[in-house]
Amino acid sequence: MSAASRVGVGALTPEPLLENNPSLHDVTEAICAPVELDVAKTPIGWLIGFVCALGMLGVFLGAVGYLFWKGIGIWGNNQPIGWAWDITNFVWWIGIGHAGTLISAILFLFKQKWRTSINRFAEAMTIFAVICALMFPIIHTGRPWLAVYWLLPLPNQMSMWPNFRSPLMWDVFAVSTYFTVSLLFWYVGLIPDLATLRDRAKTKTRALIYGIFAMGWRGSNRHWQHYEKAYLILAGLSTPLVLSVHSVVSFDFATSVLPGWHTTIFPPYFVAGAVFSGFGLVMTLMVLAREFFGLKHLVTMRVLENMNKIMLVTGTMVGYAYAMEFFIAWYGGNPYERFTFINRMFGPYWWAYWTMISCNVISPQLFWFRSIRRSIPAMFIISIFVNIGMWFERFVIIVTSLSRDFLPTSWGYFRPTLFDIATYVGTMGLFFTLFLLFLRFLPMIAISELKGVSPHADPHAHPPANGATGKENH
Amino acid sequence: MSAHTTVTTDESAEPKIFGVVGEYATPHDLLEAVKAVRAAGFSRIDTHTPFPVHGMDKAMGLPGSKLPWLVLCGGLTGTASAIALQWWMNGYDYMFRIGGKPFISYQAYVPIGFELTVLLSAFTTVLTLLAMCMLPRPYHPLFTHARFARFSDDGFFLSVEASDPQWNEAKAKAALEKAGGQHITTIRDISET
Repeated sequence: MSAASRVGVGALTPEPLLENNPSLHDVTEAICAPVELDVAKTPIGWLIGFVCALGMLGVFLGAVGYLFWKGIGIWGNNQPIGWAWDITNFVWWIGIGHAGTLISAILFLFKQKWRTSINRFAEAMTIFAVICALMFPIIHTGRPWLAVYWLLPLPNQMSMWPNFRSPLMWDVFAVSTYFTVSLLFWYVGLIPDLATLRDRAKTKTRALIYGIFAMGWRGSNRHWQHYEKAYLILAGLSTPLVLSVHSVVSFDFATSVLPGWHTTIFPPYFVAGAVFSGFGLVMTLMVLAREFFGLKHLVTMRVLENMNKIMLVTGTMVGYAYAMEFFIAWYGGNPYERFTFINRMFGPYWWAYWTMISCNVISPQLFWFRSIRRSIPAMFIISIFVNIGMWFERFVIIVTSLSRDFLPTSWGYFRPTLFDIATYVGTMGLFFTLFLLFLRFLPMIAISELKGVSPHADPHAHPPANGATGKENH
Repeated sequence: MSAHTTVTTDESAEPKIFGVVGEYATPHDLLEAVKAVRAAGFSRIDTHTPFPVHGMDKAMGLPGSKLPWLVLCGGLTGTASAIALQWWMNGYDYMFRIGGKPFISYQAYVPIGFELTVLLSAFTTVLTLLAMCMLPRPYHPLFTHARFARFSDDGFFLSVEASDPQWNEAKAKAALEKAGGQHITTIRDISET
């Protein structure tokens, strides 16, 4: 596929997925390079990032340790605002995870080949984000080692079972299933690449460790046959799963009778917002990682532009949902509902509301312009806005509704304490610690899948006679 | 991964032959080679590639994977156990009235019913995959082949195993060579000495 052969096909030919048509061996080399660097040659940027992340992780452990000692009263939430930053952060982190599953499962089912350059990266983010998310419901029980009896149906000396008619119980199952299935999906995808790292290992220890996790994978077609089927099934399972998880999370709110929560639009609205925020964080981190690790020819502008288009679509869906909530609040004729929405806009939390609108509704609209969709600084900044906006969305939903419900005598105003902030910042430390370890020890792009969509992989397109098949180094 | 075991010197003292393996330049060559080697009468063949090659299942004449049926069984087990769990726990063993909701409320069982279906399906998928591939398998005779490590980079390998009913080392080698194979090597199973 030389440059000349593309001339004359016209503007309708899509941009190539990989720049400069790298050979299969080049793909392996480029992706394995950051993983195979000597310890002494660990990039200084990575080290600085890792030390910062560990510091933040220390903050997290300190905050949580003190909480276990003292109790959850160290957080700012209290009547009437019984849920505040803890669940805001939980929903925010879970939402971030959704982009990974969308990329790995839904785009796989739709045969979007461009997904292969970002799916591993995004799936890793999913897993780490869900770990961070799980921290909040676990911690907010105060004594998690005692909470297992009402979180899970475990036989206990009190002969009690949990209440399965409660959406909080559904949440336990939804989120833990989501974590487990994402981990399985990720691991199955990693097996062939772990075999690559095993086969390239220069030391016995590396060969042993990667070898254990590669489980003796030998690329046999008799295995690939089952593997492809299994991968397809896992994608097919993850697709409704990811839609269900944020729907179930939204049930925590929607099945209550609180104004601003009790609405049927919540499940689709939460799912769209989740995908939107997840793409935001994938973009923030991918822009940095591809630059830093020299993977710009594998994660091309075409891929980034497609991600921006998805952010535009989901951002617009979120904007539509905001508008529709308002419409129903007016059209539904419920005075409490109507008050809640006017209160969101102009009440004591007006600043949070307008931050949310400007970050989530206005900023992604800039992606209508091709030049902005293809500008690295622009997409980086907008993606950060999206992350901020989506955090505020959850804050607005949770805190404004709780702070002013039916009786003005029981109104309140929420202020976070130092421990609220420390726990939230701390989970970022947890996330980045795991994420930086992933970047250093596992291939951040799916090697085998990326090869599978490169032009060299097509067994039908290249008659071997012309010698232009990219297998020079034989 | 020691290369010295593949050196062919003398017959009597050597381990049992596992098969022969050849290397091809592209997925296209490999696909053609598989067709040619099968036409030469060999059926216990396998390919080793960095990614699944499109059309290879058909070329090798593999029957479709049975994996989805087992996953279906796993998934239905999940649904059934979720329904039974919730129905028995809240409807019989420990009944308590919350918000006037009925003890047995099938609507409320849907989310957990769905989640456990997915959970058990996913576990069945992965465990069945490993079982069908007979993995983990730390040792395989092919790993003794010095060039074999390239399968996970850019090598396309075709092996004919000695368990083939038509087995003949010379004929197998000739078939691989005729199909354009390079570095054709006899692999011995050092675990069976």
